[in-house]
Amino acid sequence: MVLEGIDAEFEQGKTNLIIGSSGTGKSVLLKCIVGLIQPDQGLVFYDLRNFTEADKEMKSEIRREIGMLFQGGALFDSKNVEENVMFPLEVLTKMPLDEKRDRANDCLKRVGLENANKKAVSEISGGMKKRVGIARAIVNNPNYLFCDEPNSGLDPQTSILIDELIHEITHELNITTIVVTHDMNSVMGIGENIIFLYKGHKLWEGNSADITNSGVGELDDFVFANKVMSKMRGS
Amino acid sequence: MREFGRYVMFIGSLFVRRESFGTYYKLVLEECVQIGVNSAFLFILVSSFIGAVTTVQTAFNMVSPLIPRFVISQVVREMTVLELAPTVMALIYAGKIGSSMAGGIGTMRITEQIDALEVMGINSSSYLVLPKIIASMMMYPVLVIISGVCSLVGGYLIGQAIHIITPTEYVAGLRFAFNQQEIFVAVVKALVFAFLISSISSFKGYYTKGGALEVGIATTEAVTTSVIAILIADYFIVDLIL
Repeated sequence: MVLEGIDAEFEQGKTNLIIGSSGTGKSVLLKCIVGLIQPDQGLVFYDLRNFTEADKEMKSEIRREIGMLFQGGALFDSKNVEENVMFPLEVLTKMPLDEKRDRANDCLKRVGLENANKKAVSEISGGMKKRVGIARAIVNNPNYLFCDEPNSGLDPQTSILIDELIHEITHELNITTIVVTHDMNSVMGIGENIIFLYKGHKLWEGNSADITNSGVGELDDFVFANKVMSKMRGS
Repeated sequence: MREFGRYVMFIGSLFVRRESFGTYYKLVLEECVQIGVNSAFLFILVSSFIGAVTTVQTAFNMVSPLIPRFVISQVVREMTVLELAPTVMALIYAGKIGSSMAGGIGTMRITEQIDALEVMGINSSSYLVLPKIIASMMMYPVLVIISGVCSLVGGYLIGQAIHIITPTEYVAGLRFAFNQQEIFVAVVKALVFAFLISSISSFKGYYTKGGALEVGIATTEAVTTSVIAILIADYFIVDLIL
């Protein structure tokens, strides 16, 4: 049993965070939400639409409203940066080529990569891959944005850049964003609605203002394991 | 048996929730270049040498002076059309193209590229695998025909070079008692082998779990399973048609 008794609502127009230690089930929960894993029990709803029990056609339709940033970027090696970002438009829309290219380049400009559009995936850094992943995730104007550990493997400055990008896009497009992370900088920086998982259970829900005074021992252990946070507490 | 059941279900999944014809058209063309055009040189080289070696070895085994020399090229023709071109070249095809398919798709699996396709609402198995199967079934029969021709030409050239058969005798042997049904058998074999190699290799790659080591294992399994399937299918095709 990986997850049990998870009952959560993620709000539109907010950066919702799922946090917890490694191995606690955060990525499994995210994969259940996007349908990559079929839960043994329980239901996932997208704005009152029952996703878990939907037929393949309905699931496909809902998925076309989703944008997802994977932990490693999951960029297609056979395509360059621009082609990666254009890909959802090529397969899911009937836009003319020029329009697709313009839209893709707008998204690349939004993430600060307007000069990298012709580069191969192997030529760009980890942080750039994450930004291309974000551009690809938003190119088709999704209603829902999912990010699986967007800061993993990144330096602190680039992590903040990625966090801020996700947060800004959430509010600009007024979409429901869910970020899976164990990075306290992200929690304190952009967490508006936070769910804490511990050993497959939801132990706490709140926001970044309340997280340091939760009264939940396991959450305190998680939050104040970070040296900066524990110095703030004075321990 | 469970693996075979999963394979059958995998083949079934290729035909549901397909993308548009235009999407597949481009993908199939790209795969045709990858599979067909990029393999042509290897096929020409290998089949020419196989034809040459078969000619020499057949001549070596012609111990009786009562057997006419044109029988050499007749034997080369029979072996090439029925077995060397479709079957032996299929083993090479499985090694080159099958391993490439399994490795490519397996790497996409472990780097979450397949998950990315699924989350976009795309049927990843259909998008990735169906073009490979279609391109394989289009290009492999062409490669088999090219192989057959190159094998016979290879035999002709070596026959001239080492004076084991004259051009007239060689051509006479090629034409002697030629059964056109053999070409049909070769094309049927080519189509069946192309389907088996591309589908089995893609299946192995698609269900890879783990990391780079598992991709390597999947690639090896793709080739060995394809080879076994080819040999079994070879027997059944010959048994049914000839």
